[in-house]
Amino acid sequence: MGTRIVIDPITRIEGHLRIDCEVDGGKVTDAWASGTMWRGVEQILLGRDPRDAWAITQRFCGVCTTVHAIASVRAVEDALAMPVPKNAQYIRNLMIAAHAVHDELVHFYHLSALDWVDVTSALKADPKATAALAESISAWPLNGVTVHAATKARLETLVGSGQLGIFANGYWGHPAMKLPPEVNLLAVTHYLQALEVQRKANKIVSILGSKTPHIQNVAVGGVSNPIALESQSVLSIERLLAVKAAIDELKQFITQVYTIDVAAVAAFYPEWTTIGKGVVNYLAAPDFPLDEQGTQFSTPGGYIPGGDLAKLQRITTFGDALLKDNVAESVKHAWYRGGKGPLHPYAGETVAEYTDHQPDAKYSFVKSPTFAGQPAQVGPLARVLVAAAVGDQAILKHLTRVLATVEAVGKIKVPLDGLHSTIGRHAARSVMCARNVEILEEQWGLLMANIAAGDVQTFEKPVFPSGETRGFGFHEAPRGILSHWVVIDGGKIKNYQAVVPTTWNAAPRNEADQPGPYEASLVGTPLADPERPLEVLRTIHSFDPCLACAVHLVDPARRDIVAVRAL
Amino acid sequence: MRVVVLGVGNLIMGDEGLGVRCVERLAAAGALPAGVVTIDGGTSTHELLEDLEDLDLLVIVDAIAGAGAPGTLVRLEGERIPAAFSNKLSPHQHGINDLLANLQLLGRSPARVVVHGATPARIALGLELSPEIEAVLPALAARVVAEVVAAS
Repeated sequence: MGTRIVIDPITRIEGHLRIDCEVDGGKVTDAWASGTMWRGVEQILLGRDPRDAWAITQRFCGVCTTVHAIASVRAVEDALAMPVPKNAQYIRNLMIAAHAVHDELVHFYHLSALDWVDVTSALKADPKATAALAESISAWPLNGVTVHAATKARLETLVGSGQLGIFANGYWGHPAMKLPPEVNLLAVTHYLQALEVQRKANKIVSILGSKTPHIQNVAVGGVSNPIALESQSVLSIERLLAVKAAIDELKQFITQVYTIDVAAVAAFYPEWTTIGKGVVNYLAAPDFPLDEQGTQFSTPGGYIPGGDLAKLQRITTFGDALLKDNVAESVKHAWYRGGKGPLHPYAGETVAEYTDHQPDAKYSFVKSPTFAGQPAQVGPLARVLVAAAVGDQAILKHLTRVLATVEAVGKIKVPLDGLHSTIGRHAARSVMCARNVEILEEQWGLLMANIAAGDVQTFEKPVFPSGETRGFGFHEAPRGILSHWVVIDGGKIKNYQAVVPTTWNAAPRNEADQPGPYEASLVGTPLADPERPLEVLRTIHSFDPCLACAVHLVDPARRDIVAVRAL
Repeated sequence: MRVVVLGVGNLIMGDEGLGVRCVERLAAAGALPAGVVTIDGGTSTHELLEDLEDLDLLVIVDAIAGAGAPGTLVRLEGERIPAAFSNKLSPHQHGINDLLANLQLLGRSPARVVVHGATPARIALGLELSPEIEAVLPALAARVVAEVVAAS
């Protein structure tokens, strides 16, 4: 007889995700992922003006605001088959790259590092030894002994006060925590420094988007930023230079700290390059369009079936038929009215039909999306593997550097196959972060050059046909491919569906009863202490879960983080 | 004196967005003393960190569940705030708690934090507030203004 453990809720930030695991012989033998809040937000858009959809969809999710605005305008622009001025593409690209960098930094340091880092162990560290270790693997100037001594003193004050604050709910002293005290102290120092640095990425979004959270400058047909280099009130040279300064600071931290820290964690937890594999069909969208029609992109997209890079199918343009024709969502195991089999998003329905939690029947508010009938993993790992399949050196050079750091720190060689893992997802996210900050530089240069060439157009007025038209927009958001699908009739929204990254990854069983990526990735995970299932959190957090997308009223009666019961 | 009035909540979930709606109206009416910054925080966390550092006063406006009949106005201050959030009185307890804890870790906590809110009547998909909340919103806004004025 195994033991059933239930973890509810599992996210450190937004949303309500419940994971049920069956445990036998110290390992997870089966798992069910359940989104426990209804997310029928699309219905609020029906009958509205498609030009307003982006502002409303930004409120879908408390963390991923910008991404829904981008996917929404792209969907409407696709429906109208309209071009988008180059400056608008560049400004949007700058915002989405900055948003991604922000998300990636915050995810690693503030939402998942504490699954690997034992804060209380850092109290035993010698700041001198910490500095020596840090300086041996990175040129980062803020790794000196005084910095680490200050971090340690701050931790001692926190512990002495009896209020651990942000560190109050960790798995301290857990047998699966394996970093030496010095590495733990180093990580806490960088946790603090990342709090300082993440604001630079946010600043870029706010300069261009006029406001964060919730950017204001997007429009169907472009952006609403007038460009006038000498003006104080619009996008001026002064503001553009402030953007460049922020990019430079971010780049140094990402290259000298973030990617190194991820490699160091991998080096001390080599077994985690073989845990957490799960679904190995990967799907990623191309992004950072470089032309008006969206036919050239800075990062590649495609579908990799069965983890076989040689079988890559490319996704190359906005409106791409491969993507358009192969996405469907099943509600066989989700709390929605079904019976029609998997539905294409244009025909998607979201009518709640709640039972209780029935693992053999319906058990989640998350629908189960498939690509060509198969579950697919999305996110930074999918992006990096697509890059590997097409030989995109701009991304692969960072992967090579991260793997070399793992080898230097841990004296171990991780093969490319080790990426299909919990640590692999963290490594891929750091690789994409390093690429994204370069894309910020590139897009900044393209924008400046285009303005210098005399082009200041940022907007093309959309024209709506009288009959029905449909379109979809995709965006490779930090957590993976995001697509918005819109049917417009007489200038009003007739149907709207958002297929979000966490829907792909947190999917329950699909029409063919195949498990989703979270579920599959947990099978085989060893648990040192089922009462404190840290290992499950490690794998789930490696996907950067974002559930319920801002539908986040909690049940005030539910206080337990973990409930353990015998089967 | 650095003062921020932060509205939190989700605008597409009816009364859940009452904090944001209140702050929007305060800003549009110019009801607050000069220099007081209003922020529509939505349901974000880390994005707000910089704006909330080293404040003399942070006023959070939020939907606060379980405090009484719909429309009941609530004011919390000092030690009652983290306790209230950890008891999950607020739908936003996660984000706000993390934000305040990170400010504390950086040594840049606001000198004072006060929460003003109202008990929601209807939290469901929709952009509009319930009549119960619409009815008390002017009183809630007036309490926020009085809080800020008293501190200045």
